[in-house]
Amino acid sequence: MTAKKLGLKQRYAHMTRGLDWETTYQPMDKVFPYDQFEGIKIKDWSAWEDPFRLTMDAYWKFQAEKERKLYAVLDAFAQNNGQASVSDGRYINTLKLFLTGVSPLEYQAHRGFAFTGRHLRGAGPRVAAQMQSLDELRHVQTQIHTISQYNKYFDGLSEFPHMHDRVWYLSVPKSFFDDARAAGPFEFMIAIGFAFEYVLTNLLFVPFMSGAAYNGDMSTVTFGFSAQSDESRHMTLGIEVIKFLLEQHPDNLPIVQKWVDKWFWRGFRVLGLVAMMMDYMLPKKVMSWKEAWEIYFTEGGGSLFQDLARYGIKVPKYADVATEAAEHISHQNWAVFYQYTHAAGFHTWMPDREHLDWLSEKYPNTFDKYYRPRWEMWAQAEKEGKRFYNMALPQLCQVCQIPMAYTEPGDPTTICFRETQFKGETYHFCSDGCKDIFDDEPEKYAQSWLPVHQIFQGNCGGPTVPDVLNWYRMNNGADNMDYAGSPDEKLWNEWHAKAAEAAG
Amino acid sequence: MSVQIKTIEYEPKRQTFGHVARRLGADKPASRYLEATLDVQPTVNFHYKPQWEPEFWHFDARKTAVVMEDWYKPLDPRQFYYATYNIARANMNQSVERSFAFADERGLIAKLSDDARSQIEHGLLPLRHLHWGANMNMTEICQRGYGTAVTAPCIFSAMDHLGMAQIVSRIGLALDGQTGVSLDMAKETWLNNPAWQGVRKLIEDSFVERDWFQLFVAQTLAVNGVILDLVYKHADAAWQEAGVTVAMLTEFMTDWRAEESRWSDSVIKTVAAESPENKALVSQWAKLWIDRAVEAAKPLSASLLGDNGAVAEAAGEATRKRALSLGLAL
Repeated sequence: MTAKKLGLKQRYAHMTRGLDWETTYQPMDKVFPYDQFEGIKIKDWSAWEDPFRLTMDAYWKFQAEKERKLYAVLDAFAQNNGQASVSDGRYINTLKLFLTGVSPLEYQAHRGFAFTGRHLRGAGPRVAAQMQSLDELRHVQTQIHTISQYNKYFDGLSEFPHMHDRVWYLSVPKSFFDDARAAGPFEFMIAIGFAFEYVLTNLLFVPFMSGAAYNGDMSTVTFGFSAQSDESRHMTLGIEVIKFLLEQHPDNLPIVQKWVDKWFWRGFRVLGLVAMMMDYMLPKKVMSWKEAWEIYFTEGGGSLFQDLARYGIKVPKYADVATEAAEHISHQNWAVFYQYTHAAGFHTWMPDREHLDWLSEKYPNTFDKYYRPRWEMWAQAEKEGKRFYNMALPQLCQVCQIPMAYTEPGDPTTICFRETQFKGETYHFCSDGCKDIFDDEPEKYAQSWLPVHQIFQGNCGGPTVPDVLNWYRMNNGADNMDYAGSPDEKLWNEWHAKAAEAAG
Repeated sequence: MSVQIKTIEYEPKRQTFGHVARRLGADKPASRYLEATLDVQPTVNFHYKPQWEPEFWHFDARKTAVVMEDWYKPLDPRQFYYATYNIARANMNQSVERSFAFADERGLIAKLSDDARSQIEHGLLPLRHLHWGANMNMTEICQRGYGTAVTAPCIFSAMDHLGMAQIVSRIGLALDGQTGVSLDMAKETWLNNPAWQGVRKLIEDSFVERDWFQLFVAQTLAVNGVILDLVYKHADAAWQEAGVTVAMLTEFMTDWRAEESRWSDSVIKTVAAESPENKALVSQWAKLWIDRAVEAAKPLSASLLGDNGAVAEAAGEATRKRALSLGLAL
């Protein structure tokens, strides 16, 4: 008898999908208690087409191979003191933002995909979610290892998990992910799998990794290359999920559209930190935030939403507002961090002449008119020994938790304020996008742990700035304040003096 | 004589992260395992209660009745983080590939008697569904559990079970000439054959267990110790002349079980040793689930080995001894 060879698809189906069964000793609704309440209707879970058909033997083999290569580079990087070979000491600040703000999200994704990997009723998406859970654990762990070498020399990295749970601006990414984790399994898949991994990953992961490449950070960029194939799997899962939900039942469309709108806006607000990183923190620039937004959202996202139009999905609400804001957000965010440098876990600076000219060139419509004069004024004040610090605590948006520093759409000289009443209290928002999100689920967003409110309520170590910094484990005078005069700068200059001396 | 390459000295400011140093009691170099594990899970200042379980935060130590002063006490003696885990499994899988290739070359499966085939179809192949159930449980513990030290190895374990389910599937596909017929039959056996219904009920009951540490005890101590050990360790006689072939093709499971139980046992031991209350709870759970597993395994053991359930009892006894050695009182 000749053995009939199974096709890849069939083999995978036998090896994986046939594994699940309808439980009878316990009701299915008790085994899968969470996949009904969101109102998503699934007629046929078996219609899920697993795009990867990756069995565990193949997974282990590919991933082990990638890990061997990655760690060989990390070891070589440490041995050769690669931390001294990046473009400039300022560059490390992007890693501080990444490790405190982004790596913990990888961890949350790991646990969140474990949740959907257990609680979605269909075996196909469950296996895909489990693999993503495992990949996300990889990302947080390898990022820690990648950046560990920098932590040995530079400040601001050492207390990343402690800071992530406490520091005012880190509540922006943290609350974003808490929001997704607190949602049901389908919303999580749309929020993280689709909106975050598919629509926005090119504006988060890619800028950090390209930034590493442009700035001589061998260690981080090697992680980036190594994670690329994971990321493309995650993107594929994200797009598969949304299509699957839309194909299953027409009633799913309005629910999914609402999530797309919400998570687009939530994601866009978090990305403001990346915008600032790209335009202000990278010593060697990759491209401006505005350029990245045009390429990856306006063009890339445009064709994506064209593709999804056949399911009835529309371009996210307020995409036009986000596009208009691409002219402003990086500058407005950097202004916030500059003013609050005493409470930031990374260093700030005013752009030098060359950098200002680059910004003028990249933002011809707005930079010279609205931002350059402010930077020049602040630089002048620094020279006169009157560096500007804002010692008042800012009002925060109830939803995105960013200080209210953004301006009205179409009017960059007026701060945008919105408010709403809920159970006799007034809640404040930075935008219509954030207000809409609150109004749709006020019980959820009324709960927000707002850092400024918490400080005023006495929950953050005490009433003064040093009390709060102490509670953050932020080492005053090392982790915070301007790069100029920082221990990081001093160290960097010493290394380069030594290297110059050694070179004769 | 020694060769020394001259380099510029770079004096580190610190050896490891602050939270790692505090746990080590000093700022000294830490292993990659520790840096990738300690305090990685957020612990405080969460924003919203989950819509699906508003009585808890999504990371909440109260999702089990056992109480630990520090959930980073139960560390993994294997020191697995993602890279070391995957490399270990990739290495184990190389032997799997060699074994399947060897069995294929020598026609070990093709030569089997009908009796041996039907025993494997009846007694081994349905185990793929038990692994799938175990995969669900370990994923559940990963998502519900508390502290990266315990939860990270749980996703490794979940994927191990998926991988083992797939190895069992490959044995079936080798038996049925890659048609998948044997797997369909095995599913039918799993769903309806009386010999397997105790086991299926056991794992389905575990799916609705809400206390994640109780589930950990149920899965890693009772299900793995009684059911998996019964089939992979004590049922050689059931496979008749295929005993060695089955042993060879399931070597992964044997190695895995020895390796994983080092971790899962040490977690149980550490948690039980924390307090008399923990010890009482864990002991009670261990007794409950081992007893249930033995009852579930008896018809399977009787059907496979014609022993009236004696081997299931013996696997249960061995598991009880193991539980005692972990400091539990049954």
